[in-house]
Amino acid sequence: MSRPPLLRVRDLQLQYRIRGGTVRAVDGIDFDVGRNEALVILGESGCGKSSLAKALLRVLPRNVHHFGGSVQVDGVETMHYSEELFRREVRWQRISLVMQAAMNALNPVVRVGEQVAEPLRTHLGWSKQVATKRAREAFDLVGVSGDFLERYPFELSGGMRQRVVLAMALVTEPDLVIMDEPTSALDVLTQASIMNRLKRIKRELDTSFILITHDVATSSELADRVALMYAGQIVELADARSFFSDPAHPYSQMLMASVPRLHQRERPEHIPGEPPSLADPPAGCRFADRCPSRFDKCRQAPGMYEPNEGQQVRCWLHAAGGRS
Amino acid sequence: MNRWAEGLYQLRQYPSAIAGALLILLLVLLSLYTVITIPYSQAIEQWRGGEVWERNPVNAGPVWADRLTGGNLPATQTVKTDESAISSKDFNGGRRVSMPLTFDYDADGFPSELNVFLSAEYEETAPFVRLTWRTPDGRTIPLGNHQITGDRRISISQDWDLQRRLDALPHVGLFADEPAAQPAQREVQKGTYGLQVDAILFEDDAELDAELVVYGQVHGLAGTDHQRRSLLLALLWGTPIALAFGLLATVGTTVTTLVIAAVGVWYRGWVDAVIQRLTEVNMILPLLPILVMVGTLYSTSIWIMLGVVILLGIFSAGIKMYRAMLLPIREAPYIEAARSYGASNSRIVMRYMIPRVLPVLIPNFVTLIPTFVFLEASLALLGLGDPSLPTWGKILNDAQDQSALYHGFFYWVLEPAVLLMLTGLGFAMLGFALDRVFNPRLRSI
Amino acid sequence: MTAIAANTRATEHTGPVLSVQDLHTWFELRQWGFLRVGSVRAVDGVSFDLKRGESVAFVGESGCGKSSLARTLLGLHRPSHGSVHFEGHSLRDLNAKELKAYRARIGYVQQDPYGALPPFMDIGRILAEPLKVQGVHDRPERERRIEAALEEVRLSPARAYMGKFPHMLSGGQQQRVVIARALVLEPAMLVADEPVSMLDASVRVEILQLLRRIRAEHNLTLVFITHDLSTVRHFTDRIFVMYAGRIVEAAQVDDLLENPQHPYSQALLAALADPDADNALHERAVPGGEAPSLLTPPPGCRFHPRCPHAMAGTCDVEDPPDFEPRPGHYSACWLHR
Repeated sequence: MSRPPLLRVRDLQLQYRIRGGTVRAVDGIDFDVGRNEALVILGESGCGKSSLAKALLRVLPRNVHHFGGSVQVDGVETMHYSEELFRREVRWQRISLVMQAAMNALNPVVRVGEQVAEPLRTHLGWSKQVATKRAREAFDLVGVSGDFLERYPFELSGGMRQRVVLAMALVTEPDLVIMDEPTSALDVLTQASIMNRLKRIKRELDTSFILITHDVATSSELADRVALMYAGQIVELADARSFFSDPAHPYSQMLMASVPRLHQRERPEHIPGEPPSLADPPAGCRFADRCPSRFDKCRQAPGMYEPNEGQQVRCWLHAAGGRS
Repeated sequence: MNRWAEGLYQLRQYPSAIAGALLILLLVLLSLYTVITIPYSQAIEQWRGGEVWERNPVNAGPVWADRLTGGNLPATQTVKTDESAISSKDFNGGRRVSMPLTFDYDADGFPSELNVFLSAEYEETAPFVRLTWRTPDGRTIPLGNHQITGDRRISISQDWDLQRRLDALPHVGLFADEPAAQPAQREVQKGTYGLQVDAILFEDDAELDAELVVYGQVHGLAGTDHQRRSLLLALLWGTPIALAFGLLATVGTTVTTLVIAAVGVWYRGWVDAVIQRLTEVNMILPLLPILVMVGTLYSTSIWIMLGVVILLGIFSAGIKMYRAMLLPIREAPYIEAARSYGASNSRIVMRYMIPRVLPVLIPNFVTLIPTFVFLEASLALLGLGDPSLPTWGKILNDAQDQSALYHGFFYWVLEPAVLLMLTGLGFAMLGFALDRVFNPRLRSI
Repeated sequence: MTAIAANTRATEHTGPVLSVQDLHTWFELRQWGFLRVGSVRAVDGVSFDLKRGESVAFVGESGCGKSSLARTLLGLHRPSHGSVHFEGHSLRDLNAKELKAYRARIGYVQQDPYGALPPFMDIGRILAEPLKVQGVHDRPERERRIEAALEEVRLSPARAYMGKFPHMLSGGQQQRVVIARALVLEPAMLVADEPVSMLDASVRVEILQLLRRIRAEHNLTLVFITHDLSTVRHFTDRIFVMYAGRIVEAAQVDDLLENPQHPYSQALLAALADPDADNALHERAVPGGEAPSLLTPPPGCRFHPRCPHAMAGTCDVEDPPDFEPRPGHYSACWLHR
């Protein structure tokens, strides 16, 4: 009897209402995240990855039009949970979130120690002393000295603030932490330092991560598996080794080729064209009009195919029989 | 579509905006009409009072208010001579002229006053006149003899002798059905009345004109005040004055405030510090007492008041608000880019910073106008208004001085009050709708 | 035409297009608008020469002074000490009018494409502004130059873009407009401060290729400011590594990336990696601590508190001069003595 994966997402959908139509930000996403596993969701701007992060934690905007699918946490379906139940059972208990530009989302008039202790007090009902003690431990975990508990956010550097937000996400010891662009606005050395911390936390606390980013290099620092998003869909889902050394989807290949590398001699190549609008996605394969390998069948929407073990690709080239 | 056109387009969805805009349009049209039909100098001249209002009753309410409540109070009637009814008989030394002034009277109340206006043209000897009153039921009451030198007003109502004879106020007694009855039981006799003017003219080309004015209890569209002035004049002329004052004061303050705030934000350092300190001190200073001081000790001319209001209004809370909005804009990369291609400070302030904030200025501007309109009215009410100007505030001031409410002259207070309210309502509705359109909510500017 | 503009048009200036000697740019901290309480030493002793047509990168982390250096070169900050000579003219001796002409010779490409464009102006007007400011009052001439600039950045047909507003364009397109604005005055040098760090991965390459092509076609001198070492290899010739307001290493790109000499550069390179699944298996070596305060920098070599090779008695006492451990490759570190 195998244990169900920590998180199982099937056909997740999130659509927003905007003036003049609906935006299909998350359009049928399937993936699993196991215990102590780090899944990287890679994608460029406009692919819907930030909406995915919000959808997973149900931080929905006011203009949401449709939100559906299945989100199972440890085998238990949570889609039908009421807001209150979700807040009590899932948010910060099992899954927590570090949002984009989170370091700017710290409350400027509250001391950072208090802010990190807050999830414990609101979600778990702990007393101030115990929560502060645990907050100190969380600070330690992310590499911030306990002296900073009494400081205000403006007294900390960008990197330290990001660590504080990370501490806030970890303080309740959730099973899964979702991070949306956790290091994008930070310096190289600070980024590396934080990624080191994340590796350590993963190892010591057995936490799972979903890391959402557009930065290919950073993503490889933590990934066990990689999901590449394009126009609201996952186009490739593979283990890290396969993805970074031998990507299957044409978009994955072109993306890897467009990343300038430190230790490589060849010039990077850019991808011509633009991603389609999420308000009006094309029928058929959404990458088709930028894809050098397109053929007739691409006019129909491809499903996910599994050419190799641990590698799923949304592309007709890898369907059984390949290019017909 | 640029953002202004877009904003105005969005405005269409708000019924309050349309209602407000219509109200304002109405007021503007009224102002235009007033300014064209009653020239300014004429209005000021008339508002001074005096003879021009002789034919108006004192403190009469508006006719429609009475009719709406089903009343039938008398309105003012002016009776002129019917040419055909004049008979003239010559005699040695002059001629006798008989001018009957007849009129119908159906109102349910007594007139408020009775005057005869006579004007004579002659060389040496003034004509002589005898007045006789005829009631519908055939009674004849002599009203006295007079010599008419030039223009003469004979006040029948203030004829004490007649009052004693009638045992009533003349304008009541002459219209009562039973003169002998107790005062409380006297009722108006309806029917055809006549004033017989028998004149003796001593010269061949002497002329005499007679006019009887039966003053009503109600008069005109807006009624009259204690000086017989038609309130309509002040109500009409108050409109352009109120709008002009409000607009000028608002323009003077908002634009200047914005520019000063922008200059302070851009230059920082001591410039900003000075502006902020000035503002803080000014914000503490109480506006109304200062205006009272200026008005009492110096002058109540409306231009002086406007000037002081603008001056004190510039360094106001608006500076703080615009500063808060402009500070992040100052750090915007495109401002730095502008410096890098050599843009001057004034260009950056006027063309790159201020336009970002203009959309917020618009609703503030509109909602500020009625504030100044009310301020002007308040000043007038406190007795600091320009006494020569017919404004809504002046009407209220007069009404207060004359204890209008105590005497039951509600129209005197309500008419200007309603106009003030409509002005405020119109601008407020439009302003709040503009606010919803142009003010960013959670979006950055 | 002012002296500078006249000079450069008339004679091809020989010698380095930009010569910076011991430049210091300090920012004074003032309380209450006038009380001086200290100085932030953003650029603290920088010297280098640039040849015409060269493409160089200043690399370092935030707070290292590279952005302040860029702004000084652009004429946005006055140098506190030292000299900057551009096309033979000293920056410090310029009066206001000459400074304005100088600014036309250098184009600025900024980091945030959306913030760099005023949202209430359309593209045509945004590009017209520098021309109007610099006295190009003839409208057809302006339009000709604006169209040329838009074609240059491959926003074609130019007419179609001139009426659009920034928010209607994608990030990549916005950045092209920023570059077009920098080009419209036909400058001799472009300073690009993190030109692609806010763009998507696949768009970055496009923009960098665009800049490279423009540089080649117009023989522009290109100064890149970035913290992303992986982009510099393919788009620049020389690198200067900055730390705490100083240049700590300077070399040809390939030489520095293959043989970093200064401990800080070595740490930077060790912290970066190309995408590879094996990265997840081990931690990277990262120097501890944080970048020093520019208000009160540490004595001696500024990197010594974080340096694994720091030698007590030397590194914490005296500032290292530039050594040349390899030909054409300079490093300010006592290890090379």
